[in-house]
Amino acid sequence: MIRLEDLTKIFRTPNGDVVAADRVNMEVPTGEICILLGPSGCGKTTALKMINRLIPPTSGKIYIDGKDTATLDDIELRRNIGYVIQQIGLFPNMTIEENICVVPRLLNWDAKKARDRAAELLDLVGLDARQYLRRFPKELSGGQQQRVGVIRALAADPPVMLMDEPFGAIDPINREIIQDEFLKMQSEMKKTIMFVSHDIDEAVKMGDKVAIFRAGKIEQYASPDRILAHPSNEFVADFVGADRTLKRLRLLTAEEVARSDAPITSRSTKIDDARQVLSAARARIAVVIDSDHRPVGFVTADEMTGASGTVRDLAHPLPATVPVRADLRAVVSEMFAQDTMWLACTDDQGRFAGVISQPDVTAALRATYTRDRRASEKLEAS
Amino acid sequence: MTQSLGFGRMVSLLLAFALGIWVSASGLVDSVFTYWEDIVYLTKQHLVLVASSGLAAIAVGLPAGIWLSRPSMERYAETVMQVFNIGTTIPTLAVVALSMTILGIGFPPAFFGLFIASLLPIVRNTYAGLLTVPSHLKEAATGMGMTRRQLLWRVELPNALYVIFSGIRTALAINVGTTPLAFLIGGGGLGELIFTGIDLMDTGMLLAGAIPTAALAVAVDFLMGQAQLHLIPKGVNPLR
Repeated sequence: MIRLEDLTKIFRTPNGDVVAADRVNMEVPTGEICILLGPSGCGKTTALKMINRLIPPTSGKIYIDGKDTATLDDIELRRNIGYVIQQIGLFPNMTIEENICVVPRLLNWDAKKARDRAAELLDLVGLDARQYLRRFPKELSGGQQQRVGVIRALAADPPVMLMDEPFGAIDPINREIIQDEFLKMQSEMKKTIMFVSHDIDEAVKMGDKVAIFRAGKIEQYASPDRILAHPSNEFVADFVGADRTLKRLRLLTAEEVARSDAPITSRSTKIDDARQVLSAARARIAVVIDSDHRPVGFVTADEMTGASGTVRDLAHPLPATVPVRADLRAVVSEMFAQDTMWLACTDDQGRFAGVISQPDVTAALRATYTRDRRASEKLEAS
Repeated sequence: MTQSLGFGRMVSLLLAFALGIWVSASGLVDSVFTYWEDIVYLTKQHLVLVASSGLAAIAVGLPAGIWLSRPSMERYAETVMQVFNIGTTIPTLAVVALSMTILGIGFPPAFFGLFIASLLPIVRNTYAGLLTVPSHLKEAATGMGMTRRQLLWRVELPNALYVIFSGIRTALAINVGTTPLAFLIGGGGLGELIFTGIDLMDTGMLLAGAIPTAALAVAVDFLMGQAQLHLIPKGVNPLR
């Protein structure tokens, strides 16, 4: 857990005092990622660097796991906090192994233990240890260097990590991949992380909580969904963008919205029986599945009216399917691409998992709004 | 490609061979070898001068460069470097002459003059090399919990090593090139044969001094080049 209490930083410059952080109060629960978000010069990086005292605070307190960090020695404190910077900062004079082992060596780990740890971490991010340990940073691609930068900060297994725009310098495709990898690692590591970003999409994707900064002050500190659904003021609303509702699409997966009880039928089913299924479910469309429970097509109630034979004769092929784990943004994008109102969802094995429609999506977005509103009304009433 | 290389090599071999025939026919080789004992004695003296003044310059120049690059010196470092830069514009002969006026004649003024002449590039490159280490590397190192000393030894010096080494190489080249002048202030060395040879119009004596001096300069530079190639770690060595 990281707790900031009235944290303040005033830079004394020849042109007068500049307040970079103004009584910042916040708490990051253990195991969560908190994104510090804001335009450049808003004080988010200053706030981050005060935690490992690269910038000494003017006043205020910082607690890590309940302990006032002012009582700790600077060097001691920093060795127990993972630190990742935007420029990556791998030391060109050291091999990848030596780079990863910097903090373990500073902590006087046994050499073999440190080496094993380096190999283990490389494997964790999908880099072959035998191949990469002996290489130098300049022999790696940007994405690979970025991964090494992250695992270097994890080497001594610190409970707390500070990340200063860690994925800012890589191309968008690699950034997505590394973000996903990192989230996967985090789901097991459960580090308490402070993460500076200026990218609202990154914040929505990575953050359990988002703190929006302006001129050294926190404008709003809440979950990404809450910030997108209920920006506390004009500034936050402007900052998250006019398309904030669309951004919320990323926060829900198809699984949460899809109807898993949508009517299904098979190719060999008699049309009469299929029609019965549809009318029982009060639906217009049934998804046709094969013997492995995979969706292969669909039939409509209109076309079946008055027809005879089996479903095979009337089935249309499905334009596309979406994985049930996909977020709603991907689902909606696929719907627009295929010019369709609905899509069949599949699970990891490709089996039918439900049907998702455009009205379902908009209803889901509306539902989170009303749920939030009801909760806040209740809060005000009490 | 290989063919043209082979051709070039053959031409230069033939030229060297022709030069050899001409030199031996003119009797110069014999006259150079009459000074063999002097060559050996003076080369030793020459080497002692080069090595002692060079090592002293490294021993003083490196710490001085490091010291000037420290944040606490930031305010004065540029001024000091300006003075040093003006210092490098003084011709080495003048430096040698000036040191004679202070220290008299013999080994000490020669040593001191050479020391001063080779000190400047070492200090300058050490200082500049350390300053060009990117600030984000220092930030990463500090943020990971390195002390000032660890930062210097593990990050700053290794990453400035190539530039520092270039400074040492330049310094030694200047040093070897200036050492013949040491004779003029009684410091001995191969300059004795060169300058006496000039005065007596004795080409053999002149060459007896000039050829070893030239060979020494080439050898020192070659050795430094090889050392630069092999001693500097791969990650920070643009030659590898």
